[in-house]
Amino acid sequence: MNISRSVNARFGWRLKFNSGVVPLIIGISILGGWLLVAIFAPLLAPYDPIFQDAAVRLKPPSMAHPFGTDNFGRDVLSRVIWGARIDLQIATFGVVFAFVIGTTVGSIAGYYGGWVDMVLMRLIDVVLAFPFLVLMLTIIVILGPGLGSFYVAMALVGWVSYARLIRAQFLVLKNSDFAIAAVSLGYSHKRVMFRHLLPNAILGSIVFSMSDAVLVLLNGAAISYLGLGVQPPTAEWGTMIAEGQGFITIGWWITTFPGLAIVLLAMGFSMLADGLGEILGVRQ
Amino acid sequence: MHRYRFILYRPIQLLPVLIGISIIIFVLVRSIPGDPVRALLGARGTPESILRIRAQFGLDEPLWTQYFYFIENLFKGEMGRSILYKIDVLELIGTRIEPTLVLVGGSVLLALLIAVPLAAIAAKYRGRPVDHIIRLMSTAGLGFPAFWLAIMLILLFSIQLDLFPVAGYGKTFGEKLHHMILPWLTVALALSAVLTRNLRASILAELHSDQATAARARGLPESVVFWRHVMPNSLVPTVNLLAINIGWLISGTVVIESVFAIPGMGQLLIRGIFTRDYMVVQGVAMTFACATVFVNFMADVLTVTIDPRVKL
Repeated sequence: MNISRSVNARFGWRLKFNSGVVPLIIGISILGGWLLVAIFAPLLAPYDPIFQDAAVRLKPPSMAHPFGTDNFGRDVLSRVIWGARIDLQIATFGVVFAFVIGTTVGSIAGYYGGWVDMVLMRLIDVVLAFPFLVLMLTIIVILGPGLGSFYVAMALVGWVSYARLIRAQFLVLKNSDFAIAAVSLGYSHKRVMFRHLLPNAILGSIVFSMSDAVLVLLNGAAISYLGLGVQPPTAEWGTMIAEGQGFITIGWWITTFPGLAIVLLAMGFSMLADGLGEILGVRQ
Repeated sequence: MHRYRFILYRPIQLLPVLIGISIIIFVLVRSIPGDPVRALLGARGTPESILRIRAQFGLDEPLWTQYFYFIENLFKGEMGRSILYKIDVLELIGTRIEPTLVLVGGSVLLALLIAVPLAAIAAKYRGRPVDHIIRLMSTAGLGFPAFWLAIMLILLFSIQLDLFPVAGYGKTFGEKLHHMILPWLTVALALSAVLTRNLRASILAELHSDQATAARARGLPESVVFWRHVMPNSLVPTVNLLAINIGWLISGTVVIESVFAIPGMGQLLIRGIFTRDYMVVQGVAMTFACATVFVNFMADVLTVTIDPRVKL
């Protein structure tokens, strides 16, 4: 009786633990896999991603070219492999700047409150209501097409979510005992904010950044698809899809495989976010 | 009626937001390198004709004067003339707004039709295989690039099965419906992934709420408890999620319009940006911003209507 109950209790604990662990492991495996593909792209890719071979134009998948070739006779598999470098970079930098700016602004707004908070919150309202694509397209046109402009645009738009998350945490945390203790010990505002409050507030943002990476990745690919991001002949998944669209009737493989690569990488980030959120008890 | 009082003062709070947006749009559009008049006249432009057209469109005035003209005209319901199309921007938007409205509205409706049953099934059979399958599908759905999904749907339904047209919009109602099915499906699939996840979580929370237990205690059948008590409350966060995402949704439709060559606002915006058609970009961007603000306002009204406890 006792034994079975303890087994049950254990099993129950295990199940709860597992519900986050499975997606976490799958997510880490997918991301780790893509990271390895990106790092070892020169070793893994069977061909040069931008080498054009007129003899093998628009060939369907075969042993020599598992993902087929595109209209320039380039090997699609090699281009997907090299594309991992660019698209992982898009997901990373598209999130990092927004994360840093948003965390800083959110900390300041939440900690100081008052008119500082009010001004920053109104600014957040404006950015939230601003048509996001208008901002992104105009910034990219102003600064010129390319990933640099895309990162600037993503940072200018994306910081809002992080600022709101951190601010909400700070509003609660700044009245907690440990924060009051730190203030009464005479620590500077900077120290209380970034050494005491932030470590306790940042978990939710870290989990959110993983699902944010999915959105950023899709936006980066969409911008490249519109011809404003990564420029040909560089191998990037969104650009590859755009280039293959014109040949969709005679070469489905040119657009299908880079798209599947995006879906797989995005799933890796989503699973990681789900698993982390569940284990850390962060509700999104 | 007390709880509806925010309808009166919320617009006043929203005014600064719209002014902020108008300033940013104005500055951004004026920062686009290139001269619209030169772009319009091309090689035909003589120094005199360039000056004349600049004066005609008010481009020779100082920037802040131009901004005040812009705001003054907005209040009069005018958005200036398109340099490229040579007609009023408002009129231009009038001809382009229908496809975009149809695309966004239809997609939201279809997404709800997909998401509500799926979320209900997943929540009802929580932890069972069908729940895992629905959750896996919605996680995967989040990561689908809409433009790629669109191309794949075209490949399957238009090219292989020859069921729907590849692109365009059509003239008659039937033609339009026929043209819009694939674009609706594309946006709805991506959107329903987000909605299903969110709705499932709120149904699960609501199933064990006090009011659901009270309803069960009164002897109501589980189906009545679910559809009359659990579902309306679970929809509140989902409606708000939809409203928050409306800006993202409008942006998404711009890309979808360009995949399917639908002559909507998105196409107008992209073309406007590339031809430096200031008035058009301003007009479209302001319309998008107003739509976003309006939808969020309506979501607040709807929230108060569904859930009388909410105070705004």
